Amino acid sequence: MVVSTRLNGAQPRCVEVISLGETTVRFAGDSGDGMQLAGTQMTTTSAIFGNDVSTLPDFPAEIRAPAGTLAGVSGFQLHFGSHRLRTPGDRVNALVAMNPAALSANLSDLEPGGVLIVNEDAFTKMDLSRAGYSADPLENRSLDGYQLFRVPMGKLTAEACKDTGLTGRAVGRCKNFFALGLVYWLYDRPLAPTLRWIEQKFGSKPVVADANIKTLKAGYHFGETTELFTVRYEVAPAKVPPGKYRRVSGNEALAIGLITAAQRAGKPLFYGSYPITPASDILHFLAKHKNFDVRTFQAEDEIAAMTATIGAAFAGAFAVTGTSGPGMALKSEAIGLAVMTELPMVIVNVQRAGPSTGLPTKTEQADLLQAIWGRNGENPVCVLAAATPADCFDMAIEAFRIAIGFMTPVVLLADGYLANGAEPWRIPDMDSLPRLDVKHPGPVEGFKPYQRNDKLVRPWALPGTPGLEHRVGGLESRDITGEVCYEPENHEHMCRIRRRKIDNIAEAIPPLEINGDDSGELLVIGWGSTYGAITSAVERCRKKGMSVSSAHLRYLDPMQKNVGDVLRRFCRVLVPELNLGQLAYRLRAEYLVDATGFHKIQGKPFTISEIEAEIAKRLNK
Amino acid sequence: MSADAAKVKLELTAKHFASDQDPRWCPGCGDYSILAQVKKVLAKIEAKRENTVFVSGIGCSSRFPYYVGTYGFHGIHGRALAIAVGIKVAQPELSVWVVTGDGDGLSIGGNHLLHTIRRNPDINILLFNNRIYGLTKGQYSPTSPLGKKTKSTPMGSVDFPLHPLSVAIGAEATFVARSIDVNVKHLAYVLERAARHKGASFVEIYQNCNIFNDLAFEYATAKTTKDETTIYLEHGRPLVFGKDRNKGIRLDGMDPEIVELGDGITEDDLLFHNEKQEEPSLAYLLSRMRHPDFPEPMGVFRCVERPVYEDLVMDQINEASRQQPGRLEDLFDEGETWIVE
Repeated sequence: MVVSTRLNGAQPRCVEVISLGETTVRFAGDSGDGMQLAGTQMTTTSAIFGNDVSTLPDFPAEIRAPAGTLAGVSGFQLHFGSHRLRTPGDRVNALVAMNPAALSANLSDLEPGGVLIVNEDAFTKMDLSRAGYSADPLENRSLDGYQLFRVPMGKLTAEACKDTGLTGRAVGRCKNFFALGLVYWLYDRPLAPTLRWIEQKFGSKPVVADANIKTLKAGYHFGETTELFTVRYEVAPAKVPPGKYRRVSGNEALAIGLITAAQRAGKPLFYGSYPITPASDILHFLAKHKNFDVRTFQAEDEIAAMTATIGAAFAGAFAVTGTSGPGMALKSEAIGLAVMTELPMVIVNVQRAGPSTGLPTKTEQADLLQAIWGRNGENPVCVLAAATPADCFDMAIEAFRIAIGFMTPVVLLADGYLANGAEPWRIPDMDSLPRLDVKHPGPVEGFKPYQRNDKLVRPWALPGTPGLEHRVGGLESRDITGEVCYEPENHEHMCRIRRRKIDNIAEAIPPLEINGDDSGELLVIGWGSTYGAITSAVERCRKKGMSVSSAHLRYLDPMQKNVGDVLRRFCRVLVPELNLGQLAYRLRAEYLVDATGFHKIQGKPFTISEIEAEIAKRLNK
Repeated sequence: MSADAAKVKLELTAKHFASDQDPRWCPGCGDYSILAQVKKVLAKIEAKRENTVFVSGIGCSSRFPYYVGTYGFHGIHGRALAIAVGIKVAQPELSVWVVTGDGDGLSIGGNHLLHTIRRNPDINILLFNNRIYGLTKGQYSPTSPLGKKTKSTPMGSVDFPLHPLSVAIGAEATFVARSIDVNVKHLAYVLERAARHKGASFVEIYQNCNIFNDLAFEYATAKTTKDETTIYLEHGRPLVFGKDRNKGIRLDGMDPEIVELGDGITEDDLLFHNEKQEEPSLAYLLSRMRHPDFPEPMGVFRCVERPVYEDLVMDQINEASRQQPGRLEDLFDEGETWIVE
């Protein structure tokens, strides 16, 4: 990116336009400043404009921490470009800081020489001291290394709203649209999508709609007319496959996938859940879509959510529960019941930073071994993980395909980064969607609930069917008949069968693909939301001539049949994870390869350059 | 058909609800009697095996589903009610019974009991209260009296007990009743009432654990004492009890008191039972009448109408579907879309 020298208002007006292949903008302010809204609007606008986009919101656990404090800072980062993007961007090229706390919390991520737009009205003595500044950074030359633009957003917003009839604090709430308008001018974005949105959103409150529209335009015109800015940027549309697109977050994509699976099977969708960050948006989304025969149950606790899901599966619904790590811990006994009764269901864990309550709004991948092994007894389930926000759609359908095909609970792992991150999603053709055929046995003589087929799968017999009355439960069952059985040989037999049935899933999933050469010096292998950073880092290193390839696991138990083969074709294996080495541990144990980890547990995703640097280090470059 | 023939038929059809498993409760356990009455009631209400599901948690009582020839689900400790709600939401037309105990239902599963009752799904909840942990061999339970000496309370329990019906009424259960394992006629009556109630029916059944807490309810079952220690509730009738039906319950302000009939006190002065009273205070007051201070009420304490959970769930689905039938194309296109050529 070309950086101009520091500007001041006295310079003559001369706007230069610089073309960028990609750029990253972050909005930061108080949690009540509407930064998430500004960021989402710019995301949609950029996507409609034709850029590839990838986003990451970053908000505090407290809904409204004391105004102006570091604890209350909320941010939204948007990466947009004229080519394929897979992450929300490593370094921030332009930062909008609505107050001193937002500046303090985010400045270290801004690249040297980057664009820094501040709302100077908020740099009062009190706000400076709340943010921990002893001196005003706008005045003491500490920001000389950036392109600083001081904009009195409070005053200019009040000015824009003065004839709208909006008064008091409501005026202050429009400030985010001023900032957005200014950034739209700076990056040459069209106003129309946001104007449409405002009209739809505030249609019943014309005064609010009018004020927001005027403020947005005032911000845009401020950029155009003031002599503050002498450079603006353009980011050309990306070349993406043709089709109809929309923006989805991981939680939205996952919920849409669940509905799609149930609809394709002609089944009601049951979703039992207890509110928990960052999974609650799945519950909210599903509760708004009851017209798809979605039956949401906000349970009294995580255990009730899990056991009600088991009950719904027993009675024939497509049953799902969703939670995050702490909830997963509470559900674990009941997941064992689902394993024993061999009923199909999906358990979504939108992981967050643990242990215990941990960092509720921050991302992490540290529940992998919990998902695979975190229950009493020999207790196998199928474990899947989505790789990108849009991939959550495909993996939700895949989870159900496996659950009903193998009569097993399936754990689907996402994380806070996928859940809240967003990207464009090419809307699939109806014809391309898998049809999920469910077979329930009809009335037969001599029905046996644990009589298995050649894949070791038992029948899904539904209450309401005459002649199939049977009992299931958490006590060990006798093979075939299902009656309670304490015999030692039967227990070992059933434990082995339950494991083998999960292993059999490997026959029904596609092989692991390699990005890059089939063999070489280094394989970088990951799972879940690290896909974007790993794939982009490996691509960059390959362009530099390094012998490195990548592979990404969506199936964690069982793993694909060719995983061992893939691992052994490389001299070294690097496993980047947002934990202390859980996949690496599994790969080493399962395949006896010298896989070594690269770890980050800061509640934040990897940047591309972090992985790029680690690859170079491993290859002694 | 003669009365005897009818009885034979009922017993035959009760067998229709047996499973192929032999009950494995201790000989003399009160559970046998309850199982027999439940099967008779299923026959009497002409339940269909395929449309009936028995759900349980963990404990002696929770083995119940294995011994009924309907669909059954033996869950994990305390969670039967949540499993039952899931079944009911997935298939509202099923008849769902939950069998639980004082430990399963009030200790580990206490939370689910409160929340299931307040939601009012059409489920029959049978809580076998023996005031002890039987399956784990004799620890005190949440209904064991203060001072109770058990394996885990050798110097006597220092926990004050919960009273199941007071808890259920506190959560505003729409049907609340009590009976005793050995009073088979009354038990069958109460079970049938519970089955026919639309909404969550909560039935506490005094059940004798002859191994770990024998004779816990002897006061209420022994021929010599039961007329003085229990009082049978009848809707619209005064609360009269005693071997000679010469005692009653009168209200002194907000407090019940025992009075003798005669000497200027007639039945008209007594408290009249009204199971249909929306306001739960009367039912709660009755649930507070406890041995040895009062005769303990048996029968239906409360039976009121309220919308049923699964009906409300399905009403919303039907309404949403009527307003806008669910089409995946519409779902995918929600929000802003754009075309890339």
